[in-house]
Amino acid sequence: MCAVRGLTKTYAAVKGRRGAPGVPEVRATDGVELDVRRGEIFGLLGPNGAGKSTLVRQLTGLQRPDSGTVEILGHDIVRHPERAARLLAYLGQESSALDELTVSLAAETTGRLRGLDVRQARAERDAVIEELGLGPIAGRALKKLSGGQRRLACFAAALVGERPLLVLDEPTTGMDPVARRAVWAAVDRRRAEQGTTVVLVTHNVIEAETVLDRVAVLDQGRVIACDTPAGLKEQVAGEVRVELVWRERAPLDVPEVAVLRERAVETGRRWTLRLAPEEARAAVATVTGGAAFAALDDFTLATPSLEDVYLALGGAARQGLVKA
Amino acid sequence: MSVVPAEVLPGGDLAVAETVPRAAAELGPRARLWPSLVAVYRAQLSRARVARIPLLFVATFQSVGIMVMMRGVVDTRAEAQSVVAGSSVVVVAYVALNLLAQYFGQLRASGGLDHYATLPVPPASVVLGAAAAYASFTVPGTLVTAVFGCVLFGLPLGNLWILAAVIPLAGAALSGLGAACGLLAPRPELATLLGQLGMSAALLLGVLPPDRMPGIIQFARDLLPSTYGVEAYARTFGAQPDWAVVLADLGVCAGVGVVSLAVAAWAYRRAAVR
Repeated sequence: MCAVRGLTKTYAAVKGRRGAPGVPEVRATDGVELDVRRGEIFGLLGPNGAGKSTLVRQLTGLQRPDSGTVEILGHDIVRHPERAARLLAYLGQESSALDELTVSLAAETTGRLRGLDVRQARAERDAVIEELGLGPIAGRALKKLSGGQRRLACFAAALVGERPLLVLDEPTTGMDPVARRAVWAAVDRRRAEQGTTVVLVTHNVIEAETVLDRVAVLDQGRVIACDTPAGLKEQVAGEVRVELVWRERAPLDVPEVAVLRERAVETGRRWTLRLAPEEARAAVATVTGGAAFAALDDFTLATPSLEDVYLALGGAARQGLVKA
Repeated sequence: MSVVPAEVLPGGDLAVAETVPRAAAELGPRARLWPSLVAVYRAQLSRARVARIPLLFVATFQSVGIMVMMRGVVDTRAEAQSVVAGSSVVVVAYVALNLLAQYFGQLRASGGLDHYATLPVPPASVVLGAAAAYASFTVPGTLVTAVFGCVLFGLPLGNLWILAAVIPLAGAALSGLGAACGLLAPRPELATLLGQLGMSAALLLGVLPPDRMPGIIQFARDLLPSTYGVEAYARTFGAQPDWAVVLADLGVCAGVGVVSLAVAAWAYRRAAVR
């Protein structure tokens, strides 16, 4: 239902001025190819600056690519960007257009601007506010709400005036678990009842693994992998992630620990290693006995996550993905 | 967490690769000009409660203050008329030009325009709705200033109804300019600066009696659309106002309004799709 071919966008280099260093030319999207199928929850996963938001702005007709095509439900969005607004609902990261409105007026106005008449807009507003449990805060201005509540209110506005495609840019940022559940329940309901398709931007790997049908991993503007979360994880199925946290410093005088260091990604006192299962067993045996154990604060063994997939695929950002 | 397996979705053929190309899907409805203009207007007006009332006080006090200061300087009736008319229109300039330029400048800089740009709403609805709302914000302040001025300088209150034409027409011209400044300025600070400059121009050129100005300043005064609002209003204080000239002045405001709002709608489209 949404096909992207060879999408490329380059931001021009910025000359350095006094006090401000220049910025070289950046390829925000670099030959991106994607096929989103009808009715699926499709994720775009990648660290900050990977080009997710640029890609989404091109999908929604907000930005014209330098080259490439975007086709949504048979419509050419690069040639007719104004059609995007009649095919999809977009939840961006910014709420400043709605900040001073009440939750209820934000939803109603958005519905009106999506072409509903007053009666329909009010009916849908009431239904969405009820569905997402926004009733108690419906009369409050968005900017008086907490970050998570404001996000939920913007999500409500995105749902008023049904669209076959929802493009959500980090919809659950700052939300508590109850609000997150409300978001995914609302998405699932639309998928079950209307076959709604969802394109979801996230840098949260846990969310990506639990809600997505398929995921494209982006790095430096390119799609470096695209599969189901389980399929992607199979690529690194032979590996185990070992995390070691030392009390003060690693006991490098233990020869086995010194060897492990070469394969570890160090973040302060934490070492992260991706090892074959038998290597992991040996490593754990080493650090849980003798001199090394005295220096050890904590350790964990885990099956690989999408983050490990990202790193195994050669993702450039070492610590870009969120694990909560 | 998704509880609906992709294979059992309605239609049965979902979430699978589409081998046969489908016909282009039907587009959702387009929001029509007037209903969406009314929706934007209503939404903007509701912001007055939250954010604008303190600013309206500022606008009114500012104009009242100017008139009190000018009280000692003005000695002829003609000068008093232009001071009262100018001060009243300054309220319109402050809100419609300055505040609207700031609003659109910030909206553009913060990415808030994306919200409107991904809705099927005509650009003119967004610009006109916001401009109409800001012009409406000026009504109480302009009325208070006008009545206070008439009482202070002993001018007749009989033709105050002309404000019903002056506010929307001068409001349209100035808010169109304000919106265009806000949407065209590359940075929000510049939008604020342009708004302030426009407002200062309206203040200096509108309030001071024109007879004492040097030629070049008088020319600048003639270029400013708010001048025609001021003149139209000032003329109605006379015993027998020349209604044809009043009408011509208001016509200039209306013409500038149409042009500047069209420019603002174009600027909106340009700012929304980068």
